[in-house]
Amino acid sequence: MATEALHENETLASLKSEAENLKGKLEEERAKLHDVELHQVAERVEALGQFVMKTRRTLKGHGNKVLCMDWCKDKRRIVSSSQDGKVIVWDSFTTNKEHAVTMPCTWVMACAYAPSGCAIACGGLDNKCSVYPLTFDKNENMAAKKKSVAMHTNYLSACSFTNSDMQILTASGDGTCALWDVESGQLLQSFHGHGADVLCLDLAPSETGNTFVSGGCDKKAMVWDMRSGQCVQAFETHESDINSVRYYPSGDAFASGSDDATCRLYDLRADREVAIYSKESIIFGASSVDFSLSGRLLFAGYNDYTINVWDVLKGSRVSILFGHENRVSTLRVSPDGTAFCSGSWDHTLRVWA
Amino acid sequence: MSGSSSVAAMKKVVQQLQLEAGFNCVKVSQAAADLKQFCLQNAQHDPLLTGASSSTNPFRPQKVCSFL
Repeated sequence: MATEALHENETLASLKSEAENLKGKLEEERAKLHDVELHQVAERVEALGQFVMKTRRTLKGHGNKVLCMDWCKDKRRIVSSSQDGKVIVWDSFTTNKEHAVTMPCTWVMACAYAPSGCAIACGGLDNKCSVYPLTFDKNENMAAKKKSVAMHTNYLSACSFTNSDMQILTASGDGTCALWDVESGQLLQSFHGHGADVLCLDLAPSETGNTFVSGGCDKKAMVWDMRSGQCVQAFETHESDINSVRYYPSGDAFASGSDDATCRLYDLRADREVAIYSKESIIFGASSVDFSLSGRLLFAGYNDYTINVWDVLKGSRVSILFGHENRVSTLRVSPDGTAFCSGSWDHTLRVWA
Repeated sequence: MSGSSSVAAMKKVVQQLQLEAGFNCVKVSQAAADLKQFCLQNAQHDPLLTGASSSTNPFRPQKVCSFL
């Protein structure tokens, strides 16, 4: 028995030193390729002018903190979820509420619109992700058609339909992400690797294939192969929880927002962080990020109630937007890039253009 | 036994690192140039960047029409 334990200790020790060696080699190789900074490459790019972006619509109706929102592909409808347990579908042009459902739990931290526009998914402290078909029949009770799809062992922090209404990707406080079949509720793939709660995820633009990125309380951003369940790339440069991740429109990079008060850009082909968006005066965490259509602008919502607009290439802030009266918790640019919507702990959502 | 599970965990770490080591990276200068290129090529189609006029942005105040 003693010899077995000794053998195991030797194996563990040799594996540890192999890991150290590999890490050292990786860092050396990566350093060789780090020949320039992104903002240096962008030095001769014309600077951006003044931006006039204002709140064009305010969506009022939630009784408590807005935690999440998503746009419908029709570029006008929005679904939002709140700490009060309500999920509301809005027409952002008219600000009318089209649907509302009360979840059996409070803190509905995640919601998503189905690609067809015919259903929404949501979940939170109930540890589940449920799908509700949207019906315009006034006699139909939306809650009656509810379908429980995902089951985690801790809160649901994020959810997203894949390219169709048939599959949903979820992220959870249980440290995992998972891919589910909506019809059967079957678990198709699970993604293990985060060392703590997973707080966010984003699917790669469909042209770039079957991957997604997730961010967590372990300060790591991880890129996953959806078919194999394998982590293909991992990035650990943030100094605190990563609250939001979003792919750059080309699919070759992604941005992250963190409690360390910075947003960062990671290039997937260079396999490293290539930009950091921060200022000494910004000391509150960034809760949500999204790119404008061309990828030149990065919109980031912060816990100090503001939205900062960053020049992605030059690394400088181009605008600061005031309006919310509490933390900005969620932010998404509309599908056609004409506006972006922010949700806040002040109970409202604002559409900016 | 806790010993064997830490060996198994360590094996996974080594496997992951080997996977990452086999990754063909591009130089930052090349990657950055491509990001810049994408931005510039798509700039004119980015309404929030160009500040698209009221007539094309459904959220901006519409000019009032009068019927003659």
